[in-house]
Amino acid sequence: MSAILGNTGRATLNALYAASTVCVLMVDTLNWMIWQPLRGKGLRVRSVVEHFVEFGVRSMPIVGLICGLIGVIMALQAAHTLEKWGAAALIADLVGISALRELAPLMTAILITGRCGSAITAEIGTMKVAEEIDALNVMGLNPTKFLVVPKFLAMLLAVPCVTVLAMLIMILGGAFAGVVLVGVDPVVYYNQTAGALTRMDLLSGLTKSFFFAVTICWVGVFRGFRVSGGAEGVGRETTSSVVTSILIIIIVDLVWTSLFFSQ
Amino acid sequence: MENDTDNIIEVRDLVVKYGDRTVLDGINLDVKRGEVFVILGGSGCGKSTLLRNLVGLMRPYSGQILFNGRDFTKMNDEERVETRKKMGMCFQGSALFNSMTVGDNVALALREHTDLEASTIDIMTKIKLELVGLGGFESFMPAELSGGMMKRAGLARAMAMDPHIIFYDEPSAGLDPIVGAGLDMLIRKMQSTFNLTSVVVTHEMESVKLIADRIVMLDKGKVIGLGTLEEIKNIDHPFIEQFFARRPDAEGEDTAAYLESLTNSE
Repeated sequence: MSAILGNTGRATLNALYAASTVCVLMVDTLNWMIWQPLRGKGLRVRSVVEHFVEFGVRSMPIVGLICGLIGVIMALQAAHTLEKWGAAALIADLVGISALRELAPLMTAILITGRCGSAITAEIGTMKVAEEIDALNVMGLNPTKFLVVPKFLAMLLAVPCVTVLAMLIMILGGAFAGVVLVGVDPVVYYNQTAGALTRMDLLSGLTKSFFFAVTICWVGVFRGFRVSGGAEGVGRETTSSVVTSILIIIIVDLVWTSLFFSQ
Repeated sequence: MENDTDNIIEVRDLVVKYGDRTVLDGINLDVKRGEVFVILGGSGCGKSTLLRNLVGLMRPYSGQILFNGRDFTKMNDEERVETRKKMGMCFQGSALFNSMTVGDNVALALREHTDLEASTIDIMTKIKLELVGLGGFESFMPAELSGGMMKRAGLARAMAMDPHIIFYDEPSAGLDPIVGAGLDMLIRKMQSTFNLTSVVVTHEMESVKLIADRIVMLDKGKVIGLGTLEEIKNIDHPFIEQFFARRPDAEGEDTAAYLESLTNSE
């Protein structure tokens, strides 16, 4: 009995500690991202651009490939059912709305988590193990300003940008399958897509991608700063960074979908 | 606001705890301007913890650390940054930023803290690297250097802002005796050339003999001796005697004491 109480208590304390650490990190990041630059303590723009290239541009090939293929798969799966009803043209509606509202933001976020969220944890974790974070502190350089803010800004820019391209490629993938493999008339397919999609679909997907970006970066950074105990610690936190990040992304997705689905 | 007393650092009644465990228990010491001050003690005696407190990487449980007469532990962030510009630290594993070249490592603090022209910073970087015998290595990555060279590069980086004081964490650890001695000479050279105060954490007696002006000897979180090497040697204390005689603990005593120190909360 006391063991159960003890474990519950310890788990609660750990969770509260983690939550407080994340909050401190958030406040510190916003401080160095907005308030301090306004006071003339500059942003590291070059570092932001470098990270944007890494998180955004370099993610494009894999995100594009996977989202294109998912578009094809979705169209083929939908064709199987819709053709029975003579409604093959509705493939365009299904692929378009799914891509914009759900699959493009989600797939992009999951892929960028795997590519970059883990890299953020590994980078910060390795720096911590090698005392490089201490070195920054002793040199009077704030690790948040130096390491976190550029990644955070780059992620906020990169994820929505990649998401928009992923949406486009997914719709093109669906169109390829619909037109070439299923045999829907291209003009009909285009008109169906254009008629089905609304500004709200795009907004819903982009809002999600913004929150996914926040999640990927903060989980990555938080896990990175938690690393202790050498190379093994880096590996452990990197793995759990990806798992935690994907879990939170799905939960955020659920919350936003339930808020948006009727609109 | 600077108080130019003889002491650059004064530590008053410093207590540091990890959880319930007291690691440093009422430390008092002064570091005089321009001396090489060695923090000496066995493994796990709290000397690295003391160093981490002196440079502000840890906050003490109680007590004061006065840097140029001002309490470092009570400063706000901006004052701490200003103070830190006057400090340099050489880490045990050198802690060079692995993603940057050696030159960028040295130039970083200058780029971030000063408005100097890029060309001036380049020249200053070259001078600092020349100073530690690494002229021409600006474009090398840290991973391309040997252990001794990395420590030298770490020293060049610590010297970048022309600090008043420099802290060394186990400078000769993991180096062969020749390279280690070279580093000791370098520490001495920095002191004599720039009248640079140095605080060195070490447990290597050979190095202590070469560099130390004064020594503080720690055991189990307490100061057991403070003075020159000769004065320390003459102190009648079982640990000091054992340390200088390089005599091992009786079998098992060491680990038993360590376990006890872990479990004993107060």
